[in-house]
Amino acid sequence: MTDYLLLLVGTVLVNNFVLVKFLGLCPFMGVSSRTETAIGMSFATTFVMTIASLLSYIVNTYILAPLGLEYLTTMMFILVIAVVVQFTEMVVHKTSANLYRLLGIFLPLITTNCAVLGVALLNIYDQHNFLESIVYGFGAAVGFSLVLIMFSAMREKLANADIPKPFKGSAIAMITAGLMSLAFMGFSGLVKL
Amino acid sequence: MSLIMTTLMAILVLGSMALIFGAILGFASVKFHVEGDPLAEQVDAILPQTQCGQCGYPGCKPYAEAVANGEAINKCAPGGEDTIKKIADLMGVEPPPLDENHDTDNSPKVAFIIEEDCIGCTKCIQACPVDAILGTTKQMHTIIADECTGCDLCVEPCPVDCIVMIPIPKTPQNWQWDLNNIPVVQLD
Repeated sequence: MTDYLLLLVGTVLVNNFVLVKFLGLCPFMGVSSRTETAIGMSFATTFVMTIASLLSYIVNTYILAPLGLEYLTTMMFILVIAVVVQFTEMVVHKTSANLYRLLGIFLPLITTNCAVLGVALLNIYDQHNFLESIVYGFGAAVGFSLVLIMFSAMREKLANADIPKPFKGSAIAMITAGLMSLAFMGFSGLVKL
Repeated sequence: MSLIMTTLMAILVLGSMALIFGAILGFASVKFHVEGDPLAEQVDAILPQTQCGQCGYPGCKPYAEAVANGEAINKCAPGGEDTIKKIADLMGVEPPPLDENHDTDNSPKVAFIIEEDCIGCTKCIQACPVDAILGTTKQMHTIIADECTGCDLCVEPCPVDCIVMIPIPKTPQNWQWDLNNIPVVQLD
């Protein structure tokens, strides 16, 4: 139990996917200009990441590994992720109109989020078991959501701040992201894995 | 030989996985097929499709959805009394009186720019929901009569009041016969 908790905290804070591993930077910069959209993106990503890491573990362990086809993982995981995203979109559209309106445009965008593929591949490289894979996927997604929402809140404040002209727009966002990444280095001694 | 076997195996596995996933998605798209709100679609069919936004919604379809969710049915200015009556019939409610943004006269109109007065400010172009106004800064504007839906949104922003709404006269060419609306019954 403690192992799983440590893995979760470790993935969320210490080995944060965005700020430490530098995965998923594109939605991190892209959809962080408003908190509302950032929250929508976070929920969609959390859902897809957890399911995708679960499924890709199953596909790898029961189909690819016994046949000695591990070199196909990247291709197969892209397939799995695309299917999960499409399927999720259909189910959400059918079951909850409100959730669909909130997540709608973000769901297809997740297919191209490299953090989702990253978490599936890292699960294989780190030789996580079934439960660990799920916890790792969920933790990565929570970490992603955490920094995305925090970053979007900061960017909303920055929009009103008196910023020198050369730093306006994306420049100050990049600097902020860098400072956030530095701040997250403070967690580096928290959990030893 | 073994290289060929491995390659074939890889292609087979990837192909069959793709086939399985494709089948799942195909099944899901049938199983989770979403029909649009039938009531909203029926209301949308009644609305005049001017997309003018005078009801406060960004077009006829959003207003139709709002009506299906309980919004007041008397907000469509271009549709006028006829539209309200039709929606009221559909929803099974009493037709409410027209609200204040209605003209009593809702005969079809087309906007016309009095060209001597136009100063070329482009304000009406920005207001037009259907891009039926041609012109650019400090150039005289004009209206493409075929595209104009007669929503009169361009009248308000004009600073020199050079846009007038001209009723379209009914001629044999533009008379809508609607022959299907005349019930044909077999008399005994």
